[in-house]
Amino acid sequence: MSAPRMNTAPTRPLTPAQFGLVAASVFAAVLPHLWRLPWMFSGPILVLLIGRWLQRQRAGVRIPAWVKLPLILIFPILIIFHYGNIFGREPGSALACAMLALKLVETEARRDARAAICFASFVLMSALLFDSSLGFALLLFVVLILFFAAMRELEPRPTGSAARSGRAILGEDLRAGALALAAAVPLALCVFVFFPRLGSPLWGAPTDTSARTGLGDRMAPGTIQDLLIDDSPAFRVSFDGPLPPRAELYWRGPVLWHFDGSAWTHPEYFASARTTGDLQATAATIGYEVTLEPTDRRWLLALDMPVSAPNNAVRGADMSLVSRTPVDSLLRYRVNSAPHYRLESTLGREHRALALALPRGFNPRARELAQRWRQELVSDDAIVRAALELFHKEFFYTLNAPLLGRNSVDDFLFDTQRGFCEHFSSAFTFLMRAAGIPARVVTGYQGGYYNATGHYLVVRQSDAHAWSEVWLAERGWVRVDPTAAVSPQRVDLGARAAAGDSAPWYQADWLQGLRNHLDLVNRAWNDVVVQFNALRQQSLLTPFGIAHADYMDLMWTLIGVSSLLLALFAWWVLRAPPVAGDPLDAAYARLCRKLARAGAPFTPAEGPQTLAARAAAAWPGNRMLQPLFASYVGLRYACALPSAEAVRRFARAVGALRIQAPVRMAR
Amino acid sequence: MNTTNITTSHWSRLLEFAERRLPALTRLKQAEPLPILINRHRIYVLPTRFGLMFSAVLLVMLLGALNYNNNPAMLLTCLLGAAGYQSVFQAFRAIDRVQLRALRAEPCHAGDTLRISFYFHIDARPRHSLRLSVEGSETVFDLAAGSDGCVRIELSARQRGWHRLGRIRLYSEYPFGLFQVWSWLNPEFAALVYPRLEANAPPLPQDGADAQQQAVRRSGDELAMLRDYHPTDPLRSIAWKASARHDTLLVKEFEQLRGREVVLDFATLHGLERESRIDRLARWVCLAEAAQLRYTLRLPERSLGPGLGADHRHACLRELALLPGASA
Repeated sequence: MSAPRMNTAPTRPLTPAQFGLVAASVFAAVLPHLWRLPWMFSGPILVLLIGRWLQRQRAGVRIPAWVKLPLILIFPILIIFHYGNIFGREPGSALACAMLALKLVETEARRDARAAICFASFVLMSALLFDSSLGFALLLFVVLILFFAAMRELEPRPTGSAARSGRAILGEDLRAGALALAAAVPLALCVFVFFPRLGSPLWGAPTDTSARTGLGDRMAPGTIQDLLIDDSPAFRVSFDGPLPPRAELYWRGPVLWHFDGSAWTHPEYFASARTTGDLQATAATIGYEVTLEPTDRRWLLALDMPVSAPNNAVRGADMSLVSRTPVDSLLRYRVNSAPHYRLESTLGREHRALALALPRGFNPRARELAQRWRQELVSDDAIVRAALELFHKEFFYTLNAPLLGRNSVDDFLFDTQRGFCEHFSSAFTFLMRAAGIPARVVTGYQGGYYNATGHYLVVRQSDAHAWSEVWLAERGWVRVDPTAAVSPQRVDLGARAAAGDSAPWYQADWLQGLRNHLDLVNRAWNDVVVQFNALRQQSLLTPFGIAHADYMDLMWTLIGVSSLLLALFAWWVLRAPPVAGDPLDAAYARLCRKLARAGAPFTPAEGPQTLAARAAAAWPGNRMLQPLFASYVGLRYACALPSAEAVRRFARAVGALRIQAPVRMAR
Repeated sequence: MNTTNITTSHWSRLLEFAERRLPALTRLKQAEPLPILINRHRIYVLPTRFGLMFSAVLLVMLLGALNYNNNPAMLLTCLLGAAGYQSVFQAFRAIDRVQLRALRAEPCHAGDTLRISFYFHIDARPRHSLRLSVEGSETVFDLAAGSDGCVRIELSARQRGWHRLGRIRLYSEYPFGLFQVWSWLNPEFAALVYPRLEANAPPLPQDGADAQQQAVRRSGDELAMLRDYHPTDPLRSIAWKASARHDTLLVKEFEQLRGREVVLDFATLHGLERESRIDRLARWVCLAEAAQLRYTLRLPERSLGPGLGADHRHACLRELALLPGASA
C-alpha cells in the first residue's frame, strides 16, 4: 500500500472567487481586533488589506519580495517600540493581526490561502481573549462559516464546468459551511463540557493594563460622566430573599477621602488596612450573590453595608471591599449586607482628621457659606439639612454640566448650579468639611434593573453614582445623597430617567427596556459558559455517582460521549442507501406491475418480447403498449449504455400509460 | 517439507481473508471486471498536509483557550475542530458508492492522444470535486445526480498494441481539503493503439505485382487529385504548372484507379525494420481508405481482404497493432 500522493494538483493561481473568500475571511478575523488596537497598527493593517484587495482586482500580479520584506520587518519593530515586548496578549495579538494581513499580501496559490485560513482562525480566537460577551462570541462563531466556505471554495473544480455567477458560488459555499458548523454543534458541546480544564494556567498570563470602563479610585470632573453613557452591565445580583426597596440599593464602591481641589481620591493605605470596623446591624441582614464583570481593578461592589468580606477579599476600614487580585475575569462572590446599621459610633482621631481635611486656597466662597451655617445653626443635623435645602431649591440635574474653573465647588454652587451626582456629592462633602462635619465621598452604583423573569438585578455602568457620608455624633456615619435632594427620580427611576433629554440617543426608553429584558440571555451565557471552570467541571458527574471527577474520569467521559456521537454520524454515513438500482429496470418493473394489475401477470421466465406479444393479444386496441416494449428492448439490448435522458423518457411514458382490465386474457 | 506446507496454507488462508476483507489490497495486482462499485471496503482515508496543519493550529488554540481559562474561545475552538473533523464523513460520502460502469477508448495511433471515457454512475446524491489520476494525468470532475457521468481523459499513446491503464486512483478532498479519501481501480480494460503512421510514406505500391494497374492509371483521362511528389514517381506524372504555383513538386493522380485493388504486403517491404514496415503498412491502409481503393493486407501469418470501409480498416490496423514486436 503506497501512501497517497498529497496535493498533486498543480499550484494554480487563485480564482477571483477563491481569493475573494480568503480575503473576506482574513478581514473578518482581523476586524474584531482593529477597533481595539492602537491606530498605529490598525491603520497600516487596514491599508494593507484594502490595498492588497484592490491590487489583486486590478493588476493581479505578484507582490515583489522587496516590498514584502520591509513590511515583515517593520511590524515587529513597531510593536516592540510601542509595547516594549512582543509577548503577552496585547502585543501578541497585534503581531498576529499584522502577520495575517501580510500573509494575505503574499497569498497567490492554494497553499498560501489554506495557511492564511488556519492563521485567521487563531487570530479570530484571540479576539475572544479580550471580549467574551455573548453577542461578540456569536458574531465570531458566524465568521467560522466564512472560513469553511473559503476552504470549500479552495477545492479544485472541473475546468470545463459552466461559469457560475459569483452569487451562486457564494451561496453554495456559505450554505455548506453553515451546515457543517450546525452539524458540529453536538460534538463541539461535548468536547467543550468534558475537556478537562486547567486548575492553574500553564504559563503566566500577564495582566494587561487595558482600559476597561468601570469605577476608578478617583473622582475628577468627567470620570463618572463617561460611565453614565456606557450601557454595558457592571454586575448582576441575585438576592436570597425579596428585592430590597429601591431607595436602599446603594452599591458601595471606593470611598474617597482626599480632595486636592479638583479630584477626590482614595488614600492608598486604606485598601490594605484591615480593621474589623465598628459596624452594628440594626435590622436583619440581606444575603445575595454578585457576579461582577471584569474590571481589571480590585474593587468589589456590595450593598451598603457589607457585614463581612467575601473569600479572597478584605473589607477596608471604610467598609469598601477590596479583592486580593485584580478582577480580570468574571467574578462571583457572596456577601451579606446590613441595610440598617450603625457605623463607627466613635470616630478615631486619624479618621476625623482625614474626614475634615481640605486643600488650602480653594473655594473661598463655599468655605464662607459653611462658616455662616456653623455660626447660625445649632446642630450638625441642621447644617446637613440646610445644605440639602439649598440644593433642592436652586439646583437642577443634567448630564450636560457646564465646565467648572479652578474653584470648582464655588463655580458650581454659586454660578452654574447644574450638574449630576459627581458635582453634588463633591460640593456637599466640601461644604460639610468646611462646616466642621467629618464627611467623605462614596462612589458606586445606585439602583439597577430587576429582571423579573430571571429574578436578578442587573446594574449597568450607567447606574454609576456618587454620594456622601457624614459622621454625626451618636449616629456614626450616615449616608446623605445630595443628588436625591435635587432630583428624586435619580434614586427612584435611575439615571436615565433623571437625565431626561440630555441622555444620549441610544439610551432611549424602549431600547433600554429591550436591553434590560435581553440581559437574561447575557446572564445565562455568563453563568453557563463564561463561568464554567475546573471546579464546576468536577461536579458535572455528580448525578452519576462521581463526586469529584478528576482528569481521567473526564477524559473517559469525553471519549465515551464523543465516540457515541461519532458512531451516530458513522451510522448515518454508512447506512444502506435506498435501493436505487437501475432506473431502466425499475421502469420496466413498473410496466410489468401495471400489466399485472390490469390482469396480465407475468412470469419471471418471460422475456419482454413474449410479454409484448401476450399484451398485444390482450389489448389489441392499445397503441401505447407496443412502442413501449419496443423502446425497452432497444434501450436494454441494443446499446451498451442507454443515455440517461432516454431512460427518463421511457420511465415517463410508463408512468403515463393507462390500461384497463381486458375483457379476457389469453394465456 | 511438512512445515513448509503448513506455512503456505496459513499464508494462503491469510491472503484469502485479506482478499475477503480488503479486496483492494489484492486487486491492485489483479484486474477486476466492470462494473466496479466503490464501497467502504476499498476506500482509504488520511488527513492531508492541510489537515495536519489545521490540527496543529487547533492544538495551539486549545492551549491558549485553556491557559487563559477563556470558555468562549474554547467553544470557538471546539466548533472549528468538530466541524473540521466531521468533514471526514462528507469526504467519505464523496466517493462512497460511486460506480465505474464502463470505459470506452477511441482508437488512436501511437504518438497521438489517446482519449478514454469513464462512465460513472451514482445514486441521487451529486458529488463534487472528484479527481481521477491516471498515469500521472489529473482530471477534476463533478457528478450530477442522474447524469451519464462521462469523464474524458487524455493520455499520450506511445506504443502500438493494447494500452493497459494500470492503477487508477479515484480520490477527493471534498469538502474542505482536510482529508483525502481515495480508492484504487484496476478495471479489466485495455485500449487499442494502432501503429504509428509513417510520416513521409511513399505512395501506395503501384509497380511490381500491379504493373498493369499503373498503366491503366496513367492512361486514365480524368484528373482526380494532386499530391506531393515522391522520388519513385515517374517524371511525366508531375503536374508542372501546378508545381510552379506551389513551390513544391505535385503529381497528378487519375480517377481511373478507383475500383481497383492494391495489395499491401508485409513481405515485399525489404530493407526496412520490422516496426518501420508496420508503420508504413498502417499509413498505406489509411491512404487506400482515403482513396477508396480496395486493398488486401498480407501479413506473415495471415491475410486480410480484399476489402474497403471502416470495419476492414479497423481489422487491418488491429492486426498490425497486435503483431508481435521485433524481440518477440
